[in-house]
Amino acid sequence: MSRLLPIAASAALALGLWQALVVLAALPPFILPGPARVAETLWASRALITEHAGITVAEVLIGLALGAVLGGLSAIGLAASPAARRLIRPMMVFSQAIPVFALAPILTLWLGYGLWSKIAMALLIIYFPVTSAFFDALMRTPQAMLDMGRVMGARPARLMWHIRVPAALPGFASGLRLAAVYAPIGAIIGEWVGASKGLGYLMLLANGRAKIDLMFAALIVLAVFTLLLHMGVDRACRRWLDGKAAG
Amino acid sequence: MPAAPPALVIDGSARIGGLPLFGPLRLDVAAARITCLLGPSGVGKTTLLRLVAGIDEVTHFDGHVTASDGGPVTGRVALMAQGADLLPWLDVMGNVTLGARLRGTRPDRDRARDILARTGLTDHARKRPDALSGGQRQRVALARTLMEDRPIVLLDEPFSALDAGTRAQMQELSARHLAGRTVLLVTHDPLEAARLGHAIHILTAEGLETVAPPAAPVPRPVDDPETLAVQGRLLAKLRAHGAAT
Repeated sequence: MSRLLPIAASAALALGLWQALVVLAALPPFILPGPARVAETLWASRALITEHAGITVAEVLIGLALGAVLGGLSAIGLAASPAARRLIRPMMVFSQAIPVFALAPILTLWLGYGLWSKIAMALLIIYFPVTSAFFDALMRTPQAMLDMGRVMGARPARLMWHIRVPAALPGFASGLRLAAVYAPIGAIIGEWVGASKGLGYLMLLANGRAKIDLMFAALIVLAVFTLLLHMGVDRACRRWLDGKAAG
Repeated sequence: MPAAPPALVIDGSARIGGLPLFGPLRLDVAAARITCLLGPSGVGKTTLLRLVAGIDEVTHFDGHVTASDGGPVTGRVALMAQGADLLPWLDVMGNVTLGARLRGTRPDRDRARDILARTGLTDHARKRPDALSGGQRQRVALARTLMEDRPIVLLDEPFSALDAGTRAQMQELSARHLAGRTVLLVTHDPLEAARLGHAIHILTAEGLETVAPPAAPVPRPVDDPETLAVQGRLLAKLRAHGAAT
């Protein structure tokens, strides 16, 4: 309760400032609607928003799951093989110089207007942070643990599985926490470029029809979802690490 | 207990990145005895230990490490360092039986339980390392070493992080449980060498200097006058070498 109180106070302050801005600057609703009006629209259009939010949530969750799996496997592969590191790492670093946003139209061209171009976008945007956070942690296994394992006669694969991977899980978890914030950005960009469903699409649509209150309602739902996703991933990671630690 | 542990001979010189580290020298590690290696920091004591263990990848070692029975050395060695290499995500039982899992074999839990009992860890079997004191962690490291059951045991400053009382206790516990194995102990602590060493050597940039150990059986009491005298002699020599380098 005591943890929620400051958050509630902070939210109330933000809403108060928002309302004050609208009233004091005498902003018309098609420029900036007040919080009450947005709340009203949110409730009135709940079916519409829920439908579109469901699509975005699916895109983000599938992208996140794929990113976690692919990023995790890539990091292990890179950590296990010096040859892979020499060949693939420069490619990965170079790929980061390409603005991911610029790829969105191409992905839409290749994968169509449906879910997959957005999933691919979310995946692209989180793949590097997940891989590199996990990879860095895999390369920083305490030397004493590696020495111990080697003296005990562990082959590299077992050393990886029993020592390097578990020791690097906190790094993997911090990559996933970042990914939880980035993945919705990817999905929304994908929707802006070409979609017929999703919160990003709804926002563009509302904007085009000067329904700014609907746009804000969709934006708030998106922000709340991102926040919940981050909290959920954070909690899941923590629980997982504790379980790992206890088992 | 392994049957008839071999003696070791380490003979050669070591260089790191073209710079000489130590040697040429010859270190004899007697079978079923504790050999202590003292020396100023940076002289290559730990490197020497890692060379014996076969895990050093950066040092150029010109020479050989041989066992008196002609068998291989690597594969018959257990390493015991400070408790820092315990895996924090495994409990005490998991850490003690780690070796079997790393080799893909089934851990012998009955034997592990027996070793935990002998090292006074029965009540801590399900605890994780971060819930243990420094002395308890060191006992886990000892239990893990005993679980490996190798004829040759290498100890790398295992007790340096412990307070004086716990350290003395761990020295006695380790000496008792490692008796009958060929032990090479690297330490900074002259008293530790004087208490535990059947043979004591100081490694310096010039080579090895051998110091006669006290006559009393190992582990020697902390207040044994001859042990304390040897401690003093070792400290004086270490200081002389420290000043020279």
